[in-house]
Amino acid sequence: MAASLVLPKLVGQRIKRREDPRLIQGRATYVDDIKVVGMQHLAFVRSDIAHGRILSIDTSAADAMDGVEAVFTGAQIAELLAPMPILTPFPSPDHRAVAVDIVRYVGEPVAVVVTADRYVARDAADAIVVDYEQLPAVVDPEQAMTGTPVVIHADFADNLALPFLPGGTGVAADFTVDDTVVDQAFADAEVVVSQRMVNQRLAPTPIETRGVLAHFEPGKGTMTIWSSTQNPHTLRTFIATMTGLGQDQVRAIAPEVGGAFGAKINIYPEEYVAAALSKRLGLPIKWIEDRSEAFVATTHGRDIIGYVDIAARRDGTVVGLKLRLIADIGAYNMLLTAAIPTLTMQMASATYDIPAIRATLTEVFTNKTPTAAYRGAGRPEATYFVERAMDMLARELEMDPADLRRKNFITPDQFPYTTQMGAVYDSGDYGKALDLALQNAGWADLKKQRDAARAKGRLVGLGLSMYVEVCGVGPSSSFPSGGWEYAQVTIERDGRISATTGASPHGQGNETTFAQMLADQFGVPLEHITIHHGDTGVVKQGIGTFGSRSQAVGGTALHLAGGKVKVKMAKFAAALIEAHEDDLVFEDGMISVKGSPESGKSFADVAKYAYVPVPLPKGLDPGLSEEAFFEPANNTYPFGCHISMLEIDRETGEPTLLRLVAVDDAGHLINPLIVDGQIHGGLAQGIGQAMIEEFRYSEDGQPVTGSFMDYAIPRAADFPRFELDNTVTPTPVNPLGAKGVGEAGTLGSTPCVVAAAVDALSEFGVKHIDMMLRPEKLWRIIHGGQP
Amino acid sequence: MIPTAFDYQRATSLDDALAKLSASNGAGKLIAGGHSLVPLMKLRLSEPTMLIDIARIPDLAGIREQDGTLEIGAGTVHHDVATSPVLRQHCPVVADTAATIGDPQVRNRGTLGGSLAHADPAADYPAVMLALDAEIHLRSSTAARVVLARDFFQNVLTVDLAPDEIITAVRFAPVRAASYAKLYQRASRFAIVGVAAALDVSDGVIRSARIGLTGAVSHAVRLTTVEAALAGCEPTSRACAEAARLAGSDLEDINGDIHASETYRRAMIPVFTRRALDGALARLTVQS
Amino acid sequence: MAQVSVTVNGKTHTANVEPRLLLVHFLREQLNLTGTHIGCDTSQCGACTVLVDGRSAKSCTIFAVQADGSEITTIEGLARDGRLHPLQEGFWEEHGLQCGYCTPGMIMSAVDLLNEHPSPTEREIRDGIDGNFCRCTGYEHIVNAIQYAANKR
Ligand SMILES: Cc1cc2nc3c(=O)[nH]c(=O)nc-3n(C[C@H](O)[C@H](O)[C@H](O)COP(=O)(O)OP(=O)(O)OC[C@H]3O[C@@H](n4cnc5c(N)ncnc54)[C@H](O)[C@@H]3O)c2cc1C
Ligand code: FES
Ligand code: FES
Repeated sequence: MAASLVLPKLVGQRIKRREDPRLIQGRATYVDDIKVVGMQHLAFVRSDIAHGRILSIDTSAADAMDGVEAVFTGAQIAELLAPMPILTPFPSPDHRAVAVDIVRYVGEPVAVVVTADRYVARDAADAIVVDYEQLPAVVDPEQAMTGTPVVIHADFADNLALPFLPGGTGVAADFTVDDTVVDQAFADAEVVVSQRMVNQRLAPTPIETRGVLAHFEPGKGTMTIWSSTQNPHTLRTFIATMTGLGQDQVRAIAPEVGGAFGAKINIYPEEYVAAALSKRLGLPIKWIEDRSEAFVATTHGRDIIGYVDIAARRDGTVVGLKLRLIADIGAYNMLLTAAIPTLTMQMASATYDIPAIRATLTEVFTNKTPTAAYRGAGRPEATYFVERAMDMLARELEMDPADLRRKNFITPDQFPYTTQMGAVYDSGDYGKALDLALQNAGWADLKKQRDAARAKGRLVGLGLSMYVEVCGVGPSSSFPSGGWEYAQVTIERDGRISATTGASPHGQGNETTFAQMLADQFGVPLEHITIHHGDTGVVKQGIGTFGSRSQAVGGTALHLAGGKVKVKMAKFAAALIEAHEDDLVFEDGMISVKGSPESGKSFADVAKYAYVPVPLPKGLDPGLSEEAFFEPANNTYPFGCHISMLEIDRETGEPTLLRLVAVDDAGHLINPLIVDGQIHGGLAQGIGQAMIEEFRYSEDGQPVTGSFMDYAIPRAADFPRFELDNTVTPTPVNPLGAKGVGEAGTLGSTPCVVAAAVDALSEFGVKHIDMMLRPEKLWRIIHGGQP
Repeated sequence: MIPTAFDYQRATSLDDALAKLSASNGAGKLIAGGHSLVPLMKLRLSEPTMLIDIARIPDLAGIREQDGTLEIGAGTVHHDVATSPVLRQHCPVVADTAATIGDPQVRNRGTLGGSLAHADPAADYPAVMLALDAEIHLRSSTAARVVLARDFFQNVLTVDLAPDEIITAVRFAPVRAASYAKLYQRASRFAIVGVAAALDVSDGVIRSARIGLTGAVSHAVRLTTVEAALAGCEPTSRACAEAARLAGSDLEDINGDIHASETYRRAMIPVFTRRALDGALARLTVQS
Repeated sequence: MAQVSVTVNGKTHTANVEPRLLLVHFLREQLNLTGTHIGCDTSQCGACTVLVDGRSAKSCTIFAVQADGSEITTIEGLARDGRLHPLQEGFWEEHGLQCGYCTPGMIMSAVDLLNEHPSPTEREIRDGIDGNFCRCTGYEHIVNAIQYAANKR
């Protein structure tokens, strides 16, 4: 049999996505698109005050409403649900899915209603009257740390969730601190630049809000729970624990997920409540979050204050860095809340060879929505603090910001490089990324353009930022629910391939990239492969998609599982062809002896034989299905350089982004088209943070940006065309050499845009501007005030 | 978000609408494009018990020219105003203003009458209606009356409109030398300040200027000080800049919010007044 | 209850509905046309965009009763005889989507945009999708997708 077609290699190609046909035709199934017979709707009554004691809850009007199945107060829910679990090792206050006696942020659930009709659910929730005794609220973390005007959780003096976590040079494993080296570095320094910076609170706002449908089947004793989540396996674990079921009795499904950006990692009160009530009432129960709810009930991101001191010699050599972090984590610890700011600490060395670093972290409770991961999760904050400080240093030393960076880079020969924070950077060539970015931007010429514009009175500025991020978690020591990923590859009886992956995507395109890998690995057409994900009933194990890990960790697990099947398939083929397995090649849908394609057997023939093996080759079991768990020995550390040009309207302070040049290095790329999309999305969010996004509260804890009327997210007209390019520095950590790219765009863009704004306003003597770049703030600088 | 329940009636003609409105004894609430009302109802900030739909009344929509006067039916959607050839030719400022409202979908549904009746302090149309000295035509089941724009806008969301009245149209003499300048609130895209300026120039002299301001105070107002300063000036950029400096200086109770403090808003009034005047001047040049 | 009769993707549906039923819920819950999405409650995100009598409109800001007698096109009605609409093709070719949640609304807005501006400039495209939020793509590939469709027509 001769090969009928020649298949091109797909890895590295800009292949259009396999998930798109359903999405562009409105045929995809998101959680709100699912209906189960008998389904009830859940609605939450939420606190409209930031801090208060619940005096009474009058549910009588709701109880009496036509179509209302049940009403539960927090106290009643507490009989069904243990306190909210967390995954971090720090002490945490009692947190109930529905508040029992005290509410601590606007949006905290206080009661729930279950009705057959979504509209009636809202009517009933609105008919519940909650009477509170108002307590003082605190929204400023530095104020909260004084313990006044109020302590939010009785056992947490001065509102300190995590009083003090030291890291860096001279910190022992038991957290004892020896400051000698750091102090000496600062004493010897010729210049020290210090700045307090705020990395402001953001609302992640995936366009699909959260939603859940829990279906407990009485008699069968099993629970199926669909949720718009990033990690169905983690959901399964916690739903089982919280509802008293075994993990074998819970099937968690992440259907199509409409964006997540870290905000759908957490397992939320609403998921537990829906599951518990479904079990209790024996009814399928759906809850879909309103956008107004999402702004207060879905975890926020960032919100860290950084006190940065950077010490250097006059020639630009950085000799020391201090980073004192105060993270405002909101009212409670969620699953991973406490861990996110530790990533900021971990990345304090950025791309630089800094000999002495002291980073410390304090986490503080305030009367706000809890924080957790948001795209980048801790690393954009680190990048921002260090890059802003480098920029200020460059300005202080009157050095070109690129030259200052270059002078301090960790050089290629230093990898693997262990930073003072203990991170082991896998590989990197920062100079190369910088050079390419400078070249693509036309840096020297850009400076001339800027100066020419300035000469005409325009306020034009340039910004440059490097970044390195830690991603591709594990190993397991670095992630509390496990740092591995799982995959299974099955050659079906007809020779087609089914694969499952624990990396449950929500827009990342894994169905395409993973199929590209398998297509090359097996030499079969893409169309013969189906990637299954997002269903614990189908995918036996998994961790999930976050931290830019799905390709580096999930992709590798798949590659390994594929490799195992391939070995076995080769043995069957060898028996069939009567050749030696080592002489076989998998190409163009055939398995044949190298150099003699006519000897080949089709995939279908070999598969058929493997499932009806007469005779059964010695030492082989029937079937072609293998699984693999992959745990990387280390994280990966992608990096890059972003450059921006920005103009500020002198009269109004309105900033306009004119150019954004990005060079990113994520190692080997499976599908550059998808990678471009990931970078674009990251840039949009990073620029959004710099320019227009900020979640704000009034002093009494009322959200003042609780809808899209006041919380801006970028629109198409806000951006110029992005200018992308990449360098390729593979990682040794996994056999694919892939590092992960999901978050990268949010790291470099934010500080480089702020740097450009500062540069544009340099004539006014400004050295730093806190985000966001609110026009009024810029206008005030221009007109003589302070930002 | 889900609105509270209500009854619904669709009016087939203006008379039908007026009859339904008066029969409702104050309970009836008009709905045109619904793009101010429905969002409020969904958030339960407005809970009418009866809606009377006037969106399909044939004569309520449309842009007409009559004896040198332009008339825009109250039911005309923003998109149709923004793209109207008649307006583009004779009074482009109105089309420009409509084009700054919301986004394409909003412009496809929202109506002029709804915008004026709702009178959001940050809405765009009121400024241009003031600059054009437009007449706002009202009808009830018993009477018709005309209110000048400058008398119509009275306070936050408050206009000279009785519960049983319907805005039928606005009418104005077209001005080519007019333009609208808007500082966008970056989330909602409503106006932080919006200024519409219209110039009447003959023989190289500004005979009169009319300037409408929105976004800055509780309701749209005329900038009479600037208008007075411009009267009799030469139509130059410099004269306009000079006069614009005064803009808003006599206004009290300037709005302040998280997007723009009172100080900033106040400072933006002259800036956008000058920009609007410059825009008007540019049209003058094109004209002559 | 009020009676509505609407033609959706060429098929006429008559139903008795509560006047407060939003068009988007009518389409999704009653007609099971779940391609039209909901992303906000303040009429801004555009995820719910459909064509009402040929013009793009946010179906979350229209009561079903207001649409009585109208012709509605949803994302499900765009492909004809198994052939993708040029915009659908463009979004696929140019990777104009990631999570896909904004995509149906985005495409419906783009249909209206191209009806008005058959050969739009990049500026017109970006302004034309002003009423549609995408949190995933940074919009650039969406712009490319619309350009692709414009070039195709
Ligand atoms: C996302 C979004 C963005 C927006 N951005 C802007 C913007 O940038 N600038 C701006 O100016 N506006 C903006 N708007 C508001 C928009 O212009 C509204 O369409 C307009 O304000 C109301 O017109 P409507 O026909 O939709 O009125 P409706 O919502 O139907 O009615 C509004 C009010 O007017 C009354 N009413 C309606 N018609 C009449 C009539 N003929 N006579 C008497 N009373 C009547 C109603 O009873 C109701 O009280 C925005 C709206 C949205 C949803
Ligand atoms: S759901 Fe309609 S605009 Fe957001
Ligand atoms: S593709 Fe996810 S919101 Fe646009």
